[in-house]
Amino acid sequence: MSETTTRTEPAAATAERAPRERKGVGRRRLYQWLFVAPALVYMLAFFGYPLVRNVLMSFQEFTPRTYFTGESPFNGLDNWRGVFDNELFGDALWQTILFTIGSLVGQFTIGLALAVFFSRRFHLSGFVRAVLLLPWLVPMVVSAVVWRRIMDEDHGILNSFLGTIGLSGDGVPWLSSPSVALLSAILVNIWIGIPFNMVILYGGLQEIPRELYEAASLDGAGPWRTFRSVTLPMLRPVVTVVLVLGFMSTIKILDLILALTGGGPADSTQTLGTLTYQLSFLQLDFGQGAVVGNVLILISAAFAVLYLRVNRADSPGK
Amino acid sequence: MNRTEGRSRARGAWNTAAALLILAVMLFPVYWMISTALQPHTSIASTDLIPSAPSFDNFSNALDTQGGSLVTSLIVSIGAVIVCLTLAAPAAYGLAQFGLKGGRAIVFGTLITQMVPGIVIANALYSAYAELNLVNSYIGLILADASLGLPFAIVLLRAFMVSIPTEVVEAAMVDGANRFTAFVRIVLPMSRNALITSGLFAFLFAWADFIFALTLNTTDDVKPVTLGIYQFIGAHVSDWGAVMATAVLSAIPAAILLVVAQKYIAAGIAGGSIK
Repeated sequence: MSETTTRTEPAAATAERAPRERKGVGRRRLYQWLFVAPALVYMLAFFGYPLVRNVLMSFQEFTPRTYFTGESPFNGLDNWRGVFDNELFGDALWQTILFTIGSLVGQFTIGLALAVFFSRRFHLSGFVRAVLLLPWLVPMVVSAVVWRRIMDEDHGILNSFLGTIGLSGDGVPWLSSPSVALLSAILVNIWIGIPFNMVILYGGLQEIPRELYEAASLDGAGPWRTFRSVTLPMLRPVVTVVLVLGFMSTIKILDLILALTGGGPADSTQTLGTLTYQLSFLQLDFGQGAVVGNVLILISAAFAVLYLRVNRADSPGK
Repeated sequence: MNRTEGRSRARGAWNTAAALLILAVMLFPVYWMISTALQPHTSIASTDLIPSAPSFDNFSNALDTQGGSLVTSLIVSIGAVIVCLTLAAPAAYGLAQFGLKGGRAIVFGTLITQMVPGIVIANALYSAYAELNLVNSYIGLILADASLGLPFAIVLLRAFMVSIPTEVVEAAMVDGANRFTAFVRIVLPMSRNALITSGLFAFLFAWADFIFALTLNTTDDVKPVTLGIYQFIGAHVSDWGAVMATAVLSAIPAAILLVVAQKYIAAGIAGGSIK
């Protein structure tokens, strides 16, 4: 990016001007800030404020009573203790980890395979690649509702298909058994995430210089060897970005799970996101909801740091 | 020579066939949604793979019950696009061209905001909205939904506006325009494609929003279609035809976007997230 040039240019221009013009420069600066100010105010209100407020709320008694009395007294670590003593929190944390890792592994491997496949030149390649984006563009709630119908234990097309090809006689309880439901949610989320992974990885593949492949083939490397020694190393920066972005969007998923299983059966698909929702908006204990939300933010923040470090290290020229 | 040519053509045909197979598998749920929607009076048990007597009964049924929600979604999404672009375009220009002190920190902050979970925002926003009387209001939901597209729009527009030569704007200013009129008359028209792309995404993000719709509304006064369909599966699971028809209707913006703005989308996904 030409950031450095645009940054220094006006500064140099100001330095050369006579001091008496400094006042004018100050006014011009103020005027320039007016361009940025509205967005800045908005972001402080809709991102900054919630972050701060959430931390405060996690130390406040914020329960249904609050809506009658209007009071939300500070209660120290009560909310935190309440959440950590709640068995569901441990389960939700563990299920969040499984859901996130399972989704990422599936989305990434299939996305990469498709990206490599569509890098070949053939008829309709571009068209098919574009249409494949549809699952990612459809609202997640809508996808979840459709999959809910497909995965119905008794009447879903998935089980009747498996029955027809003789894979499963009496039907898989995709969404109705606590031991299968989380896997089902992961499978649906993999389906949703494949297009995103494919698009970014495809873009990364296009930027690998052709000569490297020619050199590899001159050296007698086979397809697998070429993939491991040329494609993967060259793709590494993009891979990291895809995984970190995928991580951050997966860990906060709420709509998919609410519409697919509602967190059930028997809380087997509860995640930190659904637990935050449940505590705050169903049990109306906003203080405890804020605690879970803060845990979610802490995990995301750890990855945000990773993302920014990777981004800075890998794209100095871009 | 001829033989290798024939072989590569055959391989191309195989690749196309494989691609179409991948497409069929990946888009089966979309097909199933449409197919179910076209089969009226389906009991919960029987849905044909191919609709034998397709009809639009479910769609008129869905429009009757969910038509209002679709209109609400449209109003909210368009509102969110307007808020989003009105805020993002000048900010992106300022960040791209003025070399403001602290500009880098703002760009950094913009990236960070993309990582804040929506439910966390909703959690804090709800109590603020309650105090400001913004719960169950269009303006409240529009403002919240604009937050979904804003960071993306700023990043995307800034990446584009960095490449606008400063001379172009300066020339306009020599002719007597001030910064703002130069921005409106010169920069905005030049950024048309980037504005369209970020506007389309802002629309899609707002249209797909579920968390804010669910949490910032306690009555049915402001009910977008995502919330409508969610309540639908809770109440009438027996009528899957109508549910699927609603699903099809709510997927239309995505489909239109895919056709109209196909070439901008991939660039948008990659550009907005990486650069």
